[in-house]
Amino acid sequence: MLERALTGDKRYYRWLMFLLVLMGLGFASYLYQFNKGLTITGLSRDVSWGFYIAQFTFLVGVAASAVMVVLPYYLHNVKVFGKITILGEFLAIASVTMCLLFIIVDLGKPMRLLNVLLYPTPNSILFWDMVVLNGYLFLNLLIGWNVLEAERKGVHYPNWVKPLIYISIPWAVSIHTVTAFLYAGLPGRHYWLTAIMAARFLASAFASGPALLILLAFLVKKYTKFDPGKEAIDKLSQIITYAMIISLFFVGLEVFTAFYSNIPSHMEAIEYLFFGIHGHGRLVPFMWLFLILAIVALVLLINPNTRKQEKTLKIACLATFFSMWLEKGLGLVIAGFIPNPFNEVREYAPTIPELMIAIGVWATGFFVLTILYKIATSVKEETAPSI
Amino acid sequence: METSRRNFLKISGVCALGLTALPVADVFGESDLPKAIKNPQALTGQHWAMVVDMKKCWEKGKEGCKDCILACHAVHNVPDIGSIKEEIKWIWTNHYENVFPGQENEYNVKNLEGRPFIALCNHCTNPPCVRVCPTQATFKRPEDGIVMMDFHRCIGCRYCMAGCPYGARSFNWRDPRPFIKTELNMRFPTRERGVVEKCNFCAERLAEGLLPACVEACKVGALSFGDLADPNSVVRKLLASHFTMRRKPELGTQPNVYYIV
Repeated sequence: MLERALTGDKRYYRWLMFLLVLMGLGFASYLYQFNKGLTITGLSRDVSWGFYIAQFTFLVGVAASAVMVVLPYYLHNVKVFGKITILGEFLAIASVTMCLLFIIVDLGKPMRLLNVLLYPTPNSILFWDMVVLNGYLFLNLLIGWNVLEAERKGVHYPNWVKPLIYISIPWAVSIHTVTAFLYAGLPGRHYWLTAIMAARFLASAFASGPALLILLAFLVKKYTKFDPGKEAIDKLSQIITYAMIISLFFVGLEVFTAFYSNIPSHMEAIEYLFFGIHGHGRLVPFMWLFLILAIVALVLLINPNTRKQEKTLKIACLATFFSMWLEKGLGLVIAGFIPNPFNEVREYAPTIPELMIAIGVWATGFFVLTILYKIATSVKEETAPSI
Repeated sequence: METSRRNFLKISGVCALGLTALPVADVFGESDLPKAIKNPQALTGQHWAMVVDMKKCWEKGKEGCKDCILACHAVHNVPDIGSIKEEIKWIWTNHYENVFPGQENEYNVKNLEGRPFIALCNHCTNPPCVRVCPTQATFKRPEDGIVMMDFHRCIGCRYCMAGCPYGARSFNWRDPRPFIKTELNMRFPTRERGVVEKCNFCAERLAEGLLPACVEACKVGALSFGDLADPNSVVRKLLASHFTMRRKPELGTQPNVYYIV
């Protein structure tokens, strides 16, 4: 089936070339980091994880959200998701690829990466994250590929795929739960030390992931002859609405616990994010932008008229995706380190090479996604009943 | 030679199996003989701890004295990067309200204004850094409880830095070697860029029968080091006769650095 990725129109190749250029720039920046060390980033002794790990955390959510099409389709026989399921699974593959790359670019000694396998350490959550992420990648590759290949041949997918599909459902939940446990189990990092961290992660993932999927479905519909179907998009937009409401509700719960209890260490990170403390407030505009975008998304999603209209739904999806990205892909990881264990505020901002590397990883993800979607849509176009 | 996909897979399977032979051989080839012979002069203990007498430090020590810090950093080839962002430190000073956040009030902060508090790795009995490390590059020595680093195994993921509630860990953001401003100590390794480092309670000196460098360097005896398992040790005597504090005891890490204030 791979050969379908090699034939496309000019626009397809131009898009791939564009991504390759970004990947090249990112790779060049990475070589610079590889030679100089992580000193070229904005990271410090006090904020020792930043943009890379935040992107990783956000993208685990996007990957996990594939379960929002897989579960209704395979467990509840929601037929309208039949066409879009493959898009969800392939989005998961691209997202996990980006996750793994973001971990690698964050390592101080990337060539020692395999030490994680050589000295397996079950008490480390990072070890389990490696296990579940790679497992999820293989599950989606196997399932997506086999189901698509069966469709191309016009037969039912092989029986051994079915148990894998069932396993992939709790597995998707596990990748984001384990990723939340990376943070939620650390003593002394008050912003992360919350029992609803995993629940928050899943809720925001089930908003941002399907939002991206809807936007991709519209793109697929525009540029190929494959139509994922209006009903599927309708259903997905309902899922996003609920997930978005729950997500903001969870953020509200955190605010209540911190401020009603009035415990300084619980309030400080939230104060830093939304108002700034000790005269430092670099993230304040971003967090207010998150709130504004989240409210715009909610207004457009809750109102059935705007939710069902393509134009306003697109705006709602963009607002959902970016608001959740700001909250999780920016604020959550950085604010965990502020204030530091000495109650001092040392701020963080990514540097240009750091951003270039991040853009390179995103471009790689979209490159993988484009190739996979090209294959999927070509197969769908071939097997579609001619009208 | 014609080869089918099936044959290719078979051969690669056998090759992969062959790779597992070495660890298996290692397991069966293990012997009970010690890998190194211990120095008979080595200081041994079951539970090393430190008592920092800040009163002594302030009352008897010279103002701005940094003997303990300088001694430690020289012995361990700790670089002086010259920026707060990439600072590497094993033992250092900070204000009371920073070393004991949450335990300050307006008045005690005023009384202690300008008074340095010494901070270092607490060598916790329940170290979160060890719990989170994915490669066991940081580990607690079973025989005496020292929390150690294997600079050659660390992958530089910095999970331990997120895990440590005491800010005791530093990362080599760049190659530290050009920044070692003291005379190079050839008896202790320098580090490469990309690994985490911290205080090791001078495990390498204990092995030779020497006290930690900071303890030895302090002329007023503000730093005491000893075995908590031994009721006659200097630390046990100090703990029995003084009220002491530990940093963030509510986190359950059981720090092994005690403060007399």
